[in-house]
Amino acid sequence: MKLKLKIWRQKSVEMEGSLVDYQLADVSPDSSFLEMLDLLNEQMISEGEEPVAFDHDCREGICGTCSLTINGIPHGPQKATTTCQLHMRHFRDGETIVIEPFRARPFPVISDLIVDRAAFDGIVQIGGFITARTGSAPDGNAIPISKGVADKSMDAAACIGCGACVAACKNASAMLFVGAKVAHLNLLPQGAAEKDRRVLSMVSQMDRAGFGNCTNFGECSAVCPKEIPLDVIAKMNRDYATASLKNIFSQVG
Amino acid sequence: MNPFRQLLQSSLGKKYLMALTGVVLAGFVLGHMAGNVQIFLPPEYINTYGHKLQSLPGVALWGIRGFLLLCLAVHVWLAFVLTIENRLARPLRYEAEDTVEATISSRAMPYTGLILLFFIIFHILHYTVRSVYDYSNLPYDLHGEVVHDIYAMMYLGFTHWWVSIFYIIAMSLLCMHLAHGVSSMFQTMGVRNDKWRPFLNKAALAYGWIVYLGFISIPIAVLLTEYGGLPILDKEHIEATQTLAKTLTLIHP
Repeated sequence: MKLKLKIWRQKSVEMEGSLVDYQLADVSPDSSFLEMLDLLNEQMISEGEEPVAFDHDCREGICGTCSLTINGIPHGPQKATTTCQLHMRHFRDGETIVIEPFRARPFPVISDLIVDRAAFDGIVQIGGFITARTGSAPDGNAIPISKGVADKSMDAAACIGCGACVAACKNASAMLFVGAKVAHLNLLPQGAAEKDRRVLSMVSQMDRAGFGNCTNFGECSAVCPKEIPLDVIAKMNRDYATASLKNIFSQVG
Repeated sequence: MNPFRQLLQSSLGKKYLMALTGVVLAGFVLGHMAGNVQIFLPPEYINTYGHKLQSLPGVALWGIRGFLLLCLAVHVWLAFVLTIENRLARPLRYEAEDTVEATISSRAMPYTGLILLFFIIFHILHYTVRSVYDYSNLPYDLHGEVVHDIYAMMYLGFTHWWVSIFYIIAMSLLCMHLAHGVSSMFQTMGVRNDKWRPFLNKAALAYGWIVYLGFISIPIAVLLTEYGGLPILDKEHIEATQTLAKTLTLIHP
């Protein structure tokens, strides 16, 4: 395959970036998108140019490190697929592919296609945990949880925190991510004790980080590699309303 | 922080207010439409209805008007605040942006809303304050009591073709606004899930269309009666009103 690539190049947070054109030949349709970028980088290194910086780690679609907005869609055109699991056979020979970083004010570009997603860590650090020790794996199984609840919680827990939801949202809102983290723990008996405190603090941390507001487009869930449902946002909205009312009437423990 | 202020200043608190004022305004337009289509009955019906509304005790009339205007003001103000926050959350836009899921109605909300705001101002000046055209001298004999002839005012108002076209365009934007908003408010208040979403989306679309068709039927009927020669509305009644107006002016100059 021959490809024309337009890649966002930016030296650092302070520097301005722009799209730069590259030509790449002999790309195997069976290679992954990141292997295609590896090929480009090897070519650039051999020509003495600075290679393109991009995030990657497990390359198995489970760690949430890879990012990239490919032709305007985070993680590219393939549904429920991370960039590392996207293969070049989904592109045409001779196609022009525009590759940009995930764009949002709370995700500053560190270098080329790498963005700093520490804003997500901040949200998890403030409420994405259970304070009391719940024991090890066998103890977890000692508390019966109905299948429906366990499934819903597991659906939310599938979130790998990649940030594609923010990148896809026209408002750069993080509500699918925060909704997933809230729903994951608030649904379970181990997490339910702190559900009010959790949702209040996670939402205010999300606001402080400067993410936008959800307007219910549904773009986030549509691009999510783990297909986190919009239900988690409704769940977060519901839990936040209840928690706020309890808070106003001073019943939060 | 005061928990009430914390709620109002949070992203979700603003969205709740947006949804709740939206419920009031969406309910109002349906009621308003249902009242207006009485124009297709003999003039006595809508004139009796209008007279009843206008003879409500001052506290009730201005209480209702004040409440509706307050809801509108909050809805518009928060629309500006939320939209500005959303724009700030992505200072640098994508060079190649794509959309997977978001509907045109959902993406156009700020624009349809802004044009509707101008429409509402015009509409209030046109038919409530009546400063665009003079409708002060339109008497109607309601069982011996001289009341304002709303039937004639609506008819005369829509004989100006540019007014009718503006109303029809504005109502099509209202249809779009409702098609997204009516389903979206359920999501914001946390009472929507994957099972209900398709139904609520269809219901919202139907709601928008019902309001749209109800409202636009009136200017279309006026134009067809006045210029198309179709006897949909009572044209002779308008002439009778104008004759009555002249007679009354002669008696009480």
